[in-house]
Amino acid sequence: MDTVTTPQSSMPARGPVQAHGPRLAGDLAIWFFILAELLAFGVFFAAYAFARAKNIELFAAEQAALNRNAGALNTVLLLTASYFVVRAVQAAEAEASRQCANWLGGAILTGFGFIIVKLTEYAAAFEHNISLSSSTFHMFYLSLTFFHFMHVILGLVILIAMWNGARQGRYRPGDMNGLETGAAYWHMVDLVWLILFPLVYVIH
Amino acid sequence: MSARMHGTPKGSTLLFATLILATIATWGMGSLGVTGTWGVAILAAISFWKGAVVILDFMALRHAPLLWRAITMGWIIVVWALITIAYIKGLAQ
Repeated sequence: MDTVTTPQSSMPARGPVQAHGPRLAGDLAIWFFILAELLAFGVFFAAYAFARAKNIELFAAEQAALNRNAGALNTVLLLTASYFVVRAVQAAEAEASRQCANWLGGAILTGFGFIIVKLTEYAAAFEHNISLSSSTFHMFYLSLTFFHFMHVILGLVILIAMWNGARQGRYRPGDMNGLETGAAYWHMVDLVWLILFPLVYVIH
Repeated sequence: MSARMHGTPKGSTLLFATLILATIATWGMGSLGVTGTWGVAILAAISFWKGAVVILDFMALRHAPLLWRAITMGWIIVVWALITIAYIKGLAQ
């Protein structure tokens, strides 16, 4: 992840950001990857919304059976993980590697919390014989949430790699690119869920 | 809010707390069965704001070149616009 460096990331590390002008945090490559991911999820969300418009009653009935508490809990867990990642970046910037690793450890734990809640939700769905072919709603529910679930898993792999790097003191002012790149990916995973949760679990 | 070199705000804890409160509000509206045009408009506004906070402050795009900020904020605006159009279309069915 440290192989591509933007011109901005090689700027002097000290001082407030405003003093250095606009700056994109992390590798340029990850931002193109993030844009591709956002486009894919955007198409998915629009497809769900327009499919729902044609099947209001079916979607309302099956959405009512979803575990909204689990969805809300997962939103809190992802937001918490994102906040911990922000604090990890700020700790690294303050040359506090140990705190950086601790914040990343917290993000990993809350990320795994998301995984556990989601797996519990899937287990309950499968107990009720819900599958991709059950209905249009369940096709969207399972494919959308599972697509996101796979992104959370990749995000956790990245967080664990960053946690390991932080423990070795790899991130410090002037050498933050790897940390910022992974952080940007994790926030993207959070951002997508912030639309997925109200769209699939709440709006009816 | 003032920013560090990375671009994340110093007041990230306050932002995090308001994001959690907004999530509880969304969950509460869903549990109370809030629906209809205004209910959905409020839900969409809250969710849009949460996404904007993540983009601008957590992803630090508030201090990124304008093009990147425009693309990412444009994405969330277009997505919520499409969801709103689809919702209105559903009401007309």
